[in-house]
Amino acid sequence: MTSDRVLGAVCLVLGLAFMFGASRIQTGFILDPLGPKTFPMIIGGLLVLSSIVPLVKPDPAPGWPSARAMMEIALALAVFVGYAVVLPELGFVPATAIAAAALSWRLGNTPLKSILCGVGIAVGIYVVFHLILGLSLAKGPLGI
Amino acid sequence: MDTLALLAQGFAVALTPENLALAFLGCFLGTIIGALPGLGPSNGVAILIPLAFTLGLPATPALILLTSVYYGAMYGGRISSILLNIPGDEPALMTTLDGYPMARQGKAGEALALSGVSSFVGSFFATCGLVLLAPVLVKLALLFGPAEYFALFTLAFATLGGISSRNQSKSAMAAAIGLGLAMIGIDGSTGTQRFTFGEIHLLEGIDFLVAIVGLFAISEVFLFLEHRGADAAVGVSLGRITVPLATLAKTWMTMVRSTVLGFVAGVLPGAGASLGSFIAYTFEKRLVDKAGTFGSGDPRGVAAPEAGNNAAAGGALVPMLSLGVPGSGTTAVLLAMLLALNITPGPLLFQNNPDVVWGLIAALFIANFMLLLMNIPMVGLFVRVLMVPPHILMPAVAMISFVGIYSISGSTFDLMLMIGFGALGYVLRKLDVPLVPIILGILLGNQMEDNLRRALTISNGEWSALVASPLSIGIWSLAVVGFVAPLVFGKVVQAKMSATVRRAAAEADPD
Repeated sequence: MTSDRVLGAVCLVLGLAFMFGASRIQTGFILDPLGPKTFPMIIGGLLVLSSIVPLVKPDPAPGWPSARAMMEIALALAVFVGYAVVLPELGFVPATAIAAAALSWRLGNTPLKSILCGVGIAVGIYVVFHLILGLSLAKGPLGI
Repeated sequence: MDTLALLAQGFAVALTPENLALAFLGCFLGTIIGALPGLGPSNGVAILIPLAFTLGLPATPALILLTSVYYGAMYGGRISSILLNIPGDEPALMTTLDGYPMARQGKAGEALALSGVSSFVGSFFATCGLVLLAPVLVKLALLFGPAEYFALFTLAFATLGGISSRNQSKSAMAAAIGLGLAMIGIDGSTGTQRFTFGEIHLLEGIDFLVAIVGLFAISEVFLFLEHRGADAAVGVSLGRITVPLATLAKTWMTMVRSTVLGFVAGVLPGAGASLGSFIAYTFEKRLVDKAGTFGSGDPRGVAAPEAGNNAAAGGALVPMLSLGVPGSGTTAVLLAMLLALNITPGPLLFQNNPDVVWGLIAALFIANFMLLLMNIPMVGLFVRVLMVPPHILMPAVAMISFVGIYSISGSTFDLMLMIGFGALGYVLRKLDVPLVPIILGILLGNQMEDNLRRALTISNGEWSALVASPLSIGIWSLAVVGFVAPLVFGKVVQAKMSATVRRAAAEADPD
């Protein structure tokens, strides 16, 4: 129940904010009957309208994951963000090996096997996509 | 006759050695992607689009590669349905009903071979239907002006949830989110910045590939973490991987009927492959199941949904190619693929680039034959892929997604955006908000606005121009009916679908 109410409330606020944002779009010199504001206004209105049903008549709440599973997901999110940040600094192979090993470990692999798995995935992708297919990957201080 | 000549030209394009090799590679990769649990056709194609794009393949070969992947994934989806009772994708759900019982009776090999043949029949004849029907629809589409196109886009969104949709307000919400995201960036015709918040990376708008890979692939990783260790593959003995002629004789009529039903369901807006396989299965059950063997390993119960869902997948290509408006989730991803290659489907594509269209259609035929030939002898290999544990598979999928997105722009900003879409996709999937309207909104938002703009410019700002022609009034009425019908029938259809699945599961598994 509450999940859908929160969804509805968030979309209601988002829709109103979107309409407010649309109303403040700078109009340029070139003008046509529609202008740059109207269509976003319609979309914002649609979002506001569609948020009413979940607010008034919410669906039963989904089975949210346990606190433990939530932690796992948050951890994976942190790994992804960290990966995106360090990728250009560390270079593709080291960064990917670390991120893949961490994910593999959290998905239930033993630590040692996770490290092997991470290195395997990083080197595998490097060989297939960079060496064979010629895709450019992030280059770090080690040149890989 | 004209059509046949064009098709022959298409075959000339597709039958070069290089393109045949790409089709083979695509079919092979696609079947593996389809067979892997949790990596359906949409996911698989989504991850591969940026890669095919950055490899710098010309349009036609890239198209051949990716459509082969798509068809291959449709074939592969049945493998885990039959062996593990886990549908590889949503349309393969009905295949579990009789496929898994067959596997438990030691006839897994036969079920796999039979479903391979049915898939072939379904998609082969659906592709023939596409050849016949698409040019007709193109002629109709040439009558469309901007007002009609605007109505058509609305129709696509209104019917996207399908007749079995549970919650139309959530479909509308998803469409609004997608359209809203499409508004970000510089407005093409007035040059105004919209919703960019002064961020340089947002000036060109959000790359739809970033959104698709995030929403589909990255959110899948989160879902996997939530249910980790839930399903591990078990060894299954395959038995003989052939279909006895007696079984073929018994099932061919089933395949023909299911193909017709599936194709029609695929062409109509708002139905799609899941409904195609459901209709085919229930119709066959009513018609031929006199002894009550459906649900306990009847070969006809495997043939019907497989022929039905593959025919629907082919049928869904008709509106996507000829009008440029996809009617289902998987065709929305295919549309993304075309747009990434700078090809806008629609009537003009048939007129200006017949080699692309007919090369693509010829590639579909070739992919079909390849998949049939590949699937029967090599199914043992694909089965082994199923045994790859998720703790190796999922990190690899995530990392390949990152590689694909990074290779497009090389920017950390896009990677962050993709992660954001992944988290958003996870939450929305938990809340039962469909993701496909979001994708379609991002893909079509700017075109939709352009058509509205053109319609209003022609009419000098008169909004009544949107409903001025009989054609546009017709499309608007269809859109209204399509949006309202699920409110009335949605619960009934939904209940029926799940009741069929539950009853069959209970019959097959008495304990």
